[in-house]
Amino acid sequence: MIVDFKHFIDSEQVYWTELEDMLDALTADKFAVPNLAQARRLHYLYERAGADLARLAGFSSELDLRVYLESLVARAHSEIHETRRQRVPFHPLNWFFGAFPRTFRKHLRAFFLCLAICLAGGVFGGVAVMADPEAKAAMIPFSHLAQSPNERVAREEEEGAASRLAGRKSVFSAQLIQNNTRVSFLTLALGMTYGIGTCIVIFYNGVILGAVAFDYILAGQTTFLAGWLLPHGSIEIPAILLAGQASFVLARALIGWGQPVSVADRLRAVTPDLATLVGGVCVMLIWAGLVEAFFSQYHEPVLPYAVKILFGMGQLTALIAFLVYSGRRVTSPDSSLETV
Amino acid sequence: MTRCQNRLELTTGEGITFSYRLASPVTRALAAIIDFLVVAAGVSLLSALVIPFLALAPGVGTALYMLAAFFLSVTYPMVFEYTWRGQTIGKRLLRLRVIDQRGFRLLPSQVVIRNLLRPVDQLPVFYVTGGLCCLFSRYAQRLGDIAGATVVIIENPVKRPTMENILAGKFNSLRQDPLTMAKIRQTITMTEADLGLQALLRRDDVEPDARARLFAELASHFRERLNIPENPLEPVPDEQFIRNVLDVLFNVNDTIRQNLSGGGRKRS
Repeated sequence: MIVDFKHFIDSEQVYWTELEDMLDALTADKFAVPNLAQARRLHYLYERAGADLARLAGFSSELDLRVYLESLVARAHSEIHETRRQRVPFHPLNWFFGAFPRTFRKHLRAFFLCLAICLAGGVFGGVAVMADPEAKAAMIPFSHLAQSPNERVAREEEEGAASRLAGRKSVFSAQLIQNNTRVSFLTLALGMTYGIGTCIVIFYNGVILGAVAFDYILAGQTTFLAGWLLPHGSIEIPAILLAGQASFVLARALIGWGQPVSVADRLRAVTPDLATLVGGVCVMLIWAGLVEAFFSQYHEPVLPYAVKILFGMGQLTALIAFLVYSGRRVTSPDSSLETV
Repeated sequence: MTRCQNRLELTTGEGITFSYRLASPVTRALAAIIDFLVVAAGVSLLSALVIPFLALAPGVGTALYMLAAFFLSVTYPMVFEYTWRGQTIGKRLLRLRVIDQRGFRLLPSQVVIRNLLRPVDQLPVFYVTGGLCCLFSRYAQRLGDIAGATVVIIENPVKRPTMENILAGKFNSLRQDPLTMAKIRQTITMTEADLGLQALLRRDDVEPDARARLFAELASHFRERLNIPENPLEPVPDEQFIRNVLDVLFNVNDTIRQNLSGGGRKRS
């Protein structure tokens, strides 16, 4: 028990002030790294403040002093025991070309699971449209896709450059970016339903894709379909699949099969990966939104289908190469979102 | 890491325990409303800025406005929580702070994930899922907090300790009368003093009701021994009375006290 507070405060305050100053300096510069002597001094001051707090434990009526010391010890604890962070500034290019594809490869099984569910949905949608063409109206929620493929192709080719989007392509692009980003955030968030919600969303997206694709193929409009979908779909669909991948990573951390650590620890471990994947998805969706508004909506005779298909195929190949090969050589400290 | 009466208690590797007061769903909802109003004000400001563009290029202006408004609403809590160490404007006004569940520094990825998971917390409307989750989860966390391993705490205002702060409001009436002080030092045995001391040292370990009963019994015993009746005009809580008696017994540094209080009222 502390009997003489005057003596206690007089003797200890100098150490508390020193600790507070050191913590303020570390807070002000997020990338500051203390040298060995400073680190030792910080640890000494932290232990001393902790001991003072323990001495004060039996004297809880001194609430202000206790609150002050608790705050000091808590701040020092967070600085000293935080080992997850690398004190490296965030480099967007290093992050996008390094951390993002590496994180994708790290959780490849989750991506393939997502892809399989989407393909299953696609097959289901396709078979449903083939077996019962009336089911198309129920499965496809978009009015412009619900009409006959031949009618749509004829109308859009006839419109040419003076399409229905004339003068409002920028707005259309912004709407697409907004909507797709919202869908990808929701897909990630549904990981908190232990992946059940993710399965439903991905499967449903697959159903719509399959239904539309089979509808156009059965109508003999495969070229139009490829020319229309590939330029933006080659980025947009993988982006949604990557959001699903992140969602499954989250779900796996929640379920925790074969991981003998607490849920909090498992979630803590995957959080940087989730943030990296979602960040990458956002970049992909911005690009896809621009392409869909300013490129995909032009059809023959304005833009030959061959050019659009070639563009889409090239883009898809580049994306696969990027995700598979980029960031294999680590030349600098990992610039994940953790290093911001 | 334990939860006790809406507090998150953390014990460090060195065995030091400190605690945080967890924010209730109602306080958090109020902070969220303030933040919503801030974002709405920001979006209105944006629309005013975009008006000149609308005249020049209506399509581009509208698209820019839509993207900027969306970007603002998504990134506002992330940017503020990261740069203000876990606080947005709403949280700062209500003295709330987001911290790591283990008391570590809040990482950018945690900030991103806890905010990106808002869509599920908002389901079906007005954060019903998040609010219910807050009510029933161990550390008052919504789903975003669980995924990001964060908690929202209420911050106590921190003042640097000074003698004036420590002694403020700690007037010890027993020190006013030298005869009473002498009587206390002569009458109270070491065993009794030790009993009072142990009760004070361990008072945090007992339930509030038991603590009140214990100090009532001790105060009654000391008052009887010292023949000091309870003053109904200036009642002193039982626990404070025991502290005052022990202060007279153990704290002999009266000269310093007198100097600090300017030779007037003596304080303990």
